[in-house]
Amino acid sequence: MTASNLKGRKVVLHDMCLRDGMHAKREQISIAQMVAIAQALDEAGVPYLQVTHGAGMGGNSLQHGFAPHSNEEYISAVAEVVTRARISVLLLPGLGTMRELKSAFDCGARSVHVATHCTEADTAPQHIAYARELGMDTTGFLMMAHLNDPQGIAEQGKLMESYGAHTVYVTDSAGYMLPADVTARVSALRAVLKPETEIGFHGHHNLGMGIANSIAAIEAGASRIDASVAGLGAGAGNTPLEVFAAVCDRMGIDTGVDLFKLMDMAEDIVVPMMDHMVRIDRDSLTLGFAGVYSTFLLHAKRAAERFGVPARDVLVELGRKKMIGGQEDMIIDTAMTMAKARGIYKDVA
Amino acid sequence: MKKIRCALIGSGNIGTDLIYKVQRSPVLEPVWMVGIDPQSEGLRRAAEMGLKTTAEGIDGLLPHVVADDIQIAFDATSAYVHAENSRKLNELGVMVIDLTPAAIGPLCVPPVNLREHADKVEMNVNMISCAGQATIPIVHAVSRVQSVEYAEIIASLSSKSVGAGTRANLDEFTYTTSSALERVGGARKGKALAIINPAEPPMIMRNTVYCLTDDAPDQAKIVESVLAMIGEVQKYVPGYKLVNGPVFDEVPQGHRVAVYLEVAGLGDYLPTYAGNLDIMTAAAARTAEMFAEEILAGKIRLNAVEAA
Repeated sequence: MTASNLKGRKVVLHDMCLRDGMHAKREQISIAQMVAIAQALDEAGVPYLQVTHGAGMGGNSLQHGFAPHSNEEYISAVAEVVTRARISVLLLPGLGTMRELKSAFDCGARSVHVATHCTEADTAPQHIAYARELGMDTTGFLMMAHLNDPQGIAEQGKLMESYGAHTVYVTDSAGYMLPADVTARVSALRAVLKPETEIGFHGHHNLGMGIANSIAAIEAGASRIDASVAGLGAGAGNTPLEVFAAVCDRMGIDTGVDLFKLMDMAEDIVVPMMDHMVRIDRDSLTLGFAGVYSTFLLHAKRAAERFGVPARDVLVELGRKKMIGGQEDMIIDTAMTMAKARGIYKDVA
Repeated sequence: MKKIRCALIGSGNIGTDLIYKVQRSPVLEPVWMVGIDPQSEGLRRAAEMGLKTTAEGIDGLLPHVVADDIQIAFDATSAYVHAENSRKLNELGVMVIDLTPAAIGPLCVPPVNLREHADKVEMNVNMISCAGQATIPIVHAVSRVQSVEYAEIIASLSSKSVGAGTRANLDEFTYTTSSALERVGGARKGKALAIINPAEPPMIMRNTVYCLTDDAPDQAKIVESVLAMIGEVQKYVPGYKLVNGPVFDEVPQGHRVAVYLEVAGLGDYLPTYAGNLDIMTAAAARTAEMFAEEILAGKIRLNAVEAA
């Protein structure tokens, strides 16, 4: 890899602190914290920031946890303070609905990641078409992308494009992918998508590959990168945005952001509000190693505490059973089944 | 023994699976299968199994309804055409069981409210959704013990078992099921989540039911009620199984009751992992049987519904 071949390339950064970061905070981010982060991102010139419950529209649930405020309250509060940045939201069909998307739009959201598992793009046509009808910047977001091969990702991306997506994302929800995996998938997409359809990459840092993977994506033709300041996100966090911005700067990639302002906000605002250091520890490393959805981390730790089975054992079993994003109920279920098999838990029934 | 003669409208997976379940019933007899594609696998199989078939849609069936004494019809077509199908059949005195999301008639979950619908001789009942059939009995089992403020269900379906119609209309699935958790399940507020999992081999349908009770749960009574309800569902879906729970937890939102279920199908036409499709066809067949038993016993009579 040489720096020169990416010199002058424009890349759009999309911050995830106020959405993926909600997972790392067990959905407990206050309006004041949201506003402080959004203002700092806006001042640093980050063009897009995502604001919702960690699971997106409709996320407030026993399954995914309840935030102290509705998505509408968060979006409205952030919309009031940003001057340049566009607000985006996350929508998973099967959880979020078009009614909720409309409501987010009315509060000021202008961009959406419509997310499906990497083999189920055909659950998104209604939502993508509706986002386009509202005039939103619309992304088709293929989650757990390591579970589909490059050809399959290309086919699914083509579907997303046919429904109207402006951008198709390769989403490494498990933080499992290595740069060559990213290159193969982004290249396969680039080969089939229309030239005007953008490609994005969303990384998790569970194997420490967030930055290398994002660079690999850009080299293969991606022009949008999701990251979060100080890495605030599920698992070992997202690609740390300020670090990525520094690397881009060194390589001559044009992100248009103010690096020092991002470094300052990471240190002064984001890190102090973390409940735990978002880093690669035994359990988040297990996610990346076993290919498990990053959001499962804190759920598995809670289930481990409740039923006495180590979180790592539960995560490995979930990986073996090929559980995907949204199946958080199966974490408790699996922990209980394992605890019963180990003779440390008994059913009441 | 005399049987009530039935027509199956829609020759897709659901309609084809229904042939087996209706044929097995001691009180039902499948007589007609209606499709719109002469090449469809469902019509071919129906003919092989001795049913009369038409590829002319509902209008291909109507001239034969009286002569063939059809009294109950299952509609497994689509929400778009259901209302019209139902109107035409009701006019001829045929009772219609709706397996589409149209829901123009009352919602039916057999162990919860089938008896009520039969007593009222409803001429159209709707089977809600697969997730609704799998979870509403449990919500009802809790709400009949004590009041439920909120019920949330998560249905995990194998990718191979989810057809194009459901995929393209996930919002409708969400709205219909959420509302039925309230109207039939008895929760004051309901929320339904669906996950489509592509794992190979395909995963068997799983359902998780969470209820928040207003007051601290009477654990013994709830366990007893849930187990009794599972027994009721097993009468028509033998693969309906409790995997974990009921588990009682105090959470920030209140008193949570959690029940973790698995639904394996009978493997008639659809593979056993597709418990989501099986529970729909089994519940529909159970519904028809109850009406048939009442008709045969002379307790109810189906009357033609006059055109409005």
